[in-house]
Amino acid sequence: MRSDVSQFDLTAPPSLDAVLATLAKEPGKHTLLAGGTELMVALGTGRLNQHSLLSIQHLRELRFIGVDDSAIHIGSGTTFTDIRRSKAITADLPLMAQSASWTGSVANQNRGTLGGNICNASPAADTPPVLLAYGATLTLVSASGTRTVPYAEFHLGYKKTALRPDELLHTINVPRTFAGYRQYIRKVGTRNAQAISKIALAAVAKLDGDRIADIRLGAASLANRPARCSAAEAALLNQRLDAANIDATVRAARAGLASEAKPIDDIRSTAKYRAAVAGNLLEEFIRSLVV
Amino acid sequence: MSVIQFSVNGKRESIDVPPMKRLLDVLREDLHLTGTKEGCGEGECGACAILFDGELVNSCLVPALQANGARLCTIEGVSTEGHLHPIQQCFLEKGGAQCGICTPGMILATHHLLDKYPNPTMAQIQEGLAGNLCRCTGYMRIFESVQQAAQQANELTAKS
Repeated sequence: MRSDVSQFDLTAPPSLDAVLATLAKEPGKHTLLAGGTELMVALGTGRLNQHSLLSIQHLRELRFIGVDDSAIHIGSGTTFTDIRRSKAITADLPLMAQSASWTGSVANQNRGTLGGNICNASPAADTPPVLLAYGATLTLVSASGTRTVPYAEFHLGYKKTALRPDELLHTINVPRTFAGYRQYIRKVGTRNAQAISKIALAAVAKLDGDRIADIRLGAASLANRPARCSAAEAALLNQRLDAANIDATVRAARAGLASEAKPIDDIRSTAKYRAAVAGNLLEEFIRSLVV
Repeated sequence: MSVIQFSVNGKRESIDVPPMKRLLDVLREDLHLTGTKEGCGEGECGACAILFDGELVNSCLVPALQANGARLCTIEGVSTEGHLHPIQQCFLEKGGAQCGICTPGMILATHHLLDKYPNPTMAQIQEGLAGNLCRCTGYMRIFESVQQAAQQANELTAKS
């Protein structure tokens, strides 16, 4: 059942400061609307519960990709198309470009934003596993100030985030220190294009000879929120990949992942399938590290 | 209600509509531009695709207010003075259009694709049209239509 659009209010404040002032004045009353690729679907199917919306899609100050020595800073209003077209991101953060490339179709990538993908907080979203693997931080702004939080601490539960009602996600900061790292990402969906993931895994690892000196793993659809896989990471850190140890390393990593995975049965897949395929993806990554 | 001004197919428009009204409905109901179709209404099928400041978008996911100041192109703006655009002609000749519901979106997605990649590979064609569903053609005739349109455009460029 489609919503009655006359029951919804949408305004476009002239500046970021005006948006923050409105959020501060009536915290919790307004919902931010950027590219619309999520909220407009909810509107179309009669599931949009928020009736006062603030458009931030026109705010150029949220749409940027800045590069400094240590990080790439991506404005929350940056579209997936912007990300795919960025030479800096393609070169330094290939998993970011890859995940943007399979977030919806070209038409959706032209509108959908990185900030929206994060704040919508779907456990199946495409870019969060990458941001977890890369150890991103988020800059949150409000009328009363700015704070930076590790992305790994942003998702608190199903569709629950650390964002306060008066706050707006301003910048996603991603370290660009992965030159010597092995990087992996794979999404398993119903078809190649435009599918919502049944399971996805992003991974980065640094090797010291055949020892895993650093590793970070992020997964989609493995829990009620985008999940960093700390137990699997702990099982892999400092382990050796030589012929004598590789099978034991793989077994320990799969056991670690199984211990922290909390997938669900839903319309797209089953918990059993998700847990099994997540383990398979992890094993594929580990074995790919052996040269 | 909000007064929204934009240009569509080169013509300036000013309308008073609910700000959350879908741009798709503004085009079809307020401006009677019914060439733009509704398929899924969820951004999955591409039947409602238009060009928004030169970029392909699904008009079912754009609230009217966000079109304020935009330059829009719908399927009605693709042909000129009664002459089909070469992309349309190629879809006609190669059987890329059958029932026609997906065709306006397919034509605009192709337009956008060829702007970016004048010589698209098959993989680029498939990716560029992945957001446009067709239940008639099985896609091969559509891919052939796009290839022929690219070839013709390149031959024209080479001549001029």
